[in-house]
Order: sequence, then structure tokens, then C-alpha cells
Amino acid sequence: MSISDEKVVQLEKIARKLRFDIVTMIGAGKPGHLGGSCSIAEIVAVLYFHKMHHDPENPKWPDRDRFLLSKGHAALTQYAALAELGYFHKEILNTLKELGTILQGHPEMLRVPGIEANTGSLGQGLSIACGMAMAGKIDKKDYRVYCILGDGEIAEGQIWEASMTAAFYKLDNLVAILDKNGVQATGPIVERYDTNPHPDKWKAFGWAVSEIDGHDIRQIAEALDNADRIKGRPVMIVANTVKGKGVPFAEGKADFHHGIMTEEQYQTARALFED
Amino acid sequence: MAMQNCRKVYGETLVELGRENERIVALDADLSKSTMTRLFQQEFPYRFFEMGIGEQNMISTAVGLALSGKIAFVNSFAVFAAGRPYDQIRVSVCIGKVNVKIIGSSCGISDFGDGATHQGIEDIAIMRAIPNMTVLSPVDGIETRKMVKAAVEYDGPVYIRINRNEMPDVFPEDKEFKIGKYYVIREGKDVTIFATGYMVFKALRAAQALEKEGISLRVVNVSTLKPIDEEAIKELASGVKGIVTAEEHSIIGGLASAITFILRGQAVPIEAVAIRDCFGQSALNYEQLLEHYGLTDTAIIEAAKKVFK
Repeated sequence: MSISDEKVVQLEKIARKLRFDIVTMIGAGKPGHLGGSCSIAEIVAVLYFHKMHHDPENPKWPDRDRFLLSKGHAALTQYAALAELGYFHKEILNTLKELGTILQGHPEMLRVPGIEANTGSLGQGLSIACGMAMAGKIDKKDYRVYCILGDGEIAEGQIWEASMTAAFYKLDNLVAILDKNGVQATGPIVERYDTNPHPDKWKAFGWAVSEIDGHDIRQIAEALDNADRIKGRPVMIVANTVKGKGVPFAEGKADFHHGIMTEEQYQTARALFED
Repeated sequence: MAMQNCRKVYGETLVELGRENERIVALDADLSKSTMTRLFQQEFPYRFFEMGIGEQNMISTAVGLALSGKIAFVNSFAVFAAGRPYDQIRVSVCIGKVNVKIIGSSCGISDFGDGATHQGIEDIAIMRAIPNMTVLSPVDGIETRKMVKAAVEYDGPVYIRINRNEMPDVFPEDKEFKIGKYYVIREGKDVTIFATGYMVFKALRAAQALEKEGISLRVVNVSTLKPIDEEAIKELASGVKGIVTAEEHSIIGGLASAITFILRGQAVPIEAVAIRDCFGQSALNYEQLLEHYGLTDTAIIEAAKKVFK
């Protein structure tokens, strides 16, 4: 299945819309996870609007593909996608982090339709994804499990425990995508606690690994399609991304891991993604 | 009194339940020979997962299985089942009320030989502190069997602590086990003792001795440590001259904490038999170690006399 030019254009437009919603949700003068949310906009767009089998009318459909955001702090992107798809009303996006809202700072499965598990305490999502993939094997189901990790997050030892589980149990129904944006909360990852070399580590742990530009819709779609053909091994797609991608004042900046936009920055960013 | 090993009973029960219910799966971290999940592994190899020596990943993996419709039993020693993956239990299991059952085997100081590293004396405190968690502690093999069945029927997170050693049968065979219910194992009118696990048996022995001295001890088996029915506890504590608690656990955060909090403001003396905020150590036998930490019928007798005065 190759992706058409029209589809690429459509998904690029969706990624812009996701960024518009991310910026709008955060607003001016309040902190929000802008950087890590923007770096996964294309990946989330391709998964939810092209690749995955799922049903907004029936979020618990047993045969759905599963999406797990192990780097749960980037929930804004997933919230925007779920609202756009009709999992919940778009107006709810305006209630982010308000007392009593379904849209918590980190995603909660009992509150939000379409959220599969509670993530955000980093390092746990890949293990949950393994469990879902194992259940798929037991039940002889065809669904696939997709899990987005951060390159700062993989300093968590549990990630490597899970990577061994996925390889040992031959979870070829599991695809992990590493959002390699190079920056964690306090600065560049290589200067702090280098988690490289990524492809080599995952290969050594028994995964089928590819490396792509994580903002190129076509490369993302093709890498996901290629993953369907891998048998007997889990798949890792190392996606090279830019933290804060698309928002010039935030790109590559640790300050916008969980930063505050001024009113001027907020208006600038919104204008960039407005239709 | 017939003796049974709760680990063995647990392992056999899981197999029995696994025959009736295909949704049950088990995970272990290289302790299946001790936790007795190897019995489940032998009968259901495709529903058993060896997770290597990695308890944190084991918990979150069980969450993924449970979120896909399985009833996931996670097994390790109490220290490694409750302590090491605390945050995984908190975030992946409990916030979402996920249907994961955590079995803390070799609880308390029942793993007498292995020393402080392997003796789970804070597991009740840790598990009780997490919202949405149900915390259970069986008194014997009979209750273990009923309790594991109840845990399968209950939809949500459950922690069960299991003793390593042979324990005498105490629980009435004809009684149903219900989460949140307390069982008066012996009636008495002078002092109420709230005990859990093996200490219930010690309390029964103490009750026999005290009877000869004219003190009548009401022995309550508190096998559900959370949720605690405050009104039921108050009722069982009423009309007596004093209260004793007994547990094979730290005095901080366990049964003593729970009971003293519930009975706050009531003019009734309370004494606690528990491990005094210190770690365990190795010993060549279980009873010797229990005695070293004051977890004996003698200690209960003394405590009962003190509150009865």
C-alpha cells in the first residue's frame, strides 16, 4: 500500500491542524508541553488518520489497533487528534487542565475515550504495549499496537526490560516509534545523558529497525507499511524530529519542553497554522 | 490442626480457576518455583509469561494484558512485587483501576533465611497508600483458596500477601470469603484482638492461655486490610476493655495504623504487636525469627493483659 500524493497533502494539513490545536490549548501565559507535542504531529497524523484501524464511535472495539503514548506529556497532540476524529467534542479542548476536565495534564484512560492506558510516568508505555501485543497473540487477533517513545524517556531502565520482552515473545504486532527530538526538559540530550546510538541499541536487543525523517509524511507511512511485513520481531522506527517543530521560536529549545508563550508568541504561532 | 502451605494452595487454586476461566494469565519474574505459578505454567504454557528478573516491566505488561481482557496475576516476593514496581502499580495499574492481581509471596519475615533484602515488612503500608488498591492477607490455606477466587471475581486491582511457610488451618471451611468482611475466629468479651495472617493463629493460642487466667479474648481475622469497613471495626471493638493488633509487618502503615486511626478519640487502650520500624535479618528457622521480633503468643498475652487492666 503506497500513499497517494493527495493523501500526503491531506495528512500534512492535519498535522498543521493538530499544531494549531496544541498551541490554542496551551494559550498565552500558561505553561504547556509545546515542544514534545509538536515533534510528533506528523507521526500522530499518519497513525490516526491513515494507518490505524479504529472507530471513534466505538473506542473499545476489540479489533482496533492500539495507540500508546509512552511519552504521555505530549498528550496534547493525541487530544487534538481524538477531538478531530470525533472521540469527544472539540469544545472540550478548551478545558485542558481545568479542574474536573477529562483532559488532564497527562492522559487518563478512565476519563478520555480513545486513551488506552495511563502514561506519563515515563518508561511504562512500552511494557503496556507489550502486554497488549501478547494478548493479541493469545487471542489470535490481527490488531497492531503502536507506541511512541521519547529519546529522553529511554533512559528509563524499564524501556529496555520491555524491549527484551518484545523480542523474546516475538511481538511482530508491536511497532515502537522513537520521537528523536534530541532535547529533554533541561537541555540537549547528548550533553546530559546520551541515550545514543539508537538504531544499534534496538538492533542489538532484537528489533527490526528503520530510521526516517519523522516530519516526512511519506517516510512515516512507508515505514509503518514496511513494519506490517516484518515477521517474528518487533519493529522500531527511529524518527528524527525537531522539538517544537513548526513553531520557530520553540524549535530545538528546551525552554519550550514545558514553556510559556507570551501573548505575542501565542498569536504568532496560531497565525502560522491557521487555515 | 491440619497444616497447609499458602503458596502451594495459591498455585493449585490458580490452576483450578484457570481451567474454568480462559481469561486468567500469570506472569512471574524467575520465582515461579517458589511462588508456585510453575503449576499454572505446566498446565497453561501459552497463558504463562516468564518475564525475566524485571518486576517493573512485569507489572506494566500485566496492565497491557488486563486492558485486553485478561485477568493478569503478577507474581514475585512481596518485597519485589509491591516495593520495586511501586510507581508502575500506582500509575499503570491503580489510576486506571486496571484488573491486575499482584501476589506478594514470602511476605513478612516468612522468608527467614534470606535476610532483610527479601523480607517484605512494608508491603501493606505501600499498597494501602495507593488509591483504588484492595489489600488482602489470608490467614491460612483455606482462606487463600477462597480469596484468590474472590480476587478473580472482583474487577480491579488487588494485592494479596502470601506467607512462605506451613500454616495451620484456622478459617471455617463452610464460611464464604468476602472482600471487606471480618471474621471472628473466636468469641470473647474482655479484649478484642485484630490480627492478620499468621498472627491470627498466634492470637488463638494466646486466647487459650488467657482463658485460663480469666481473660476472654475476641479474635478477629482482618484479612481485608483495604478497603476497611470502619463501622464494622468499631462494632467489633465495642464492649471490651482493650484492643490489641497483631501483624507480621512494620508497625508503620499496616494493621496497627489502620485500627488505631479508626478508633481515634475512643477511650479504649490499644497495644500493637508488630515489627518496630526496623529491618529483618536471617535466621535458621521461622519461629526463632518471629520470637526475635516479638511476634509471639507471649507478646500478645502481655499486650492483652496490659490493655485489660
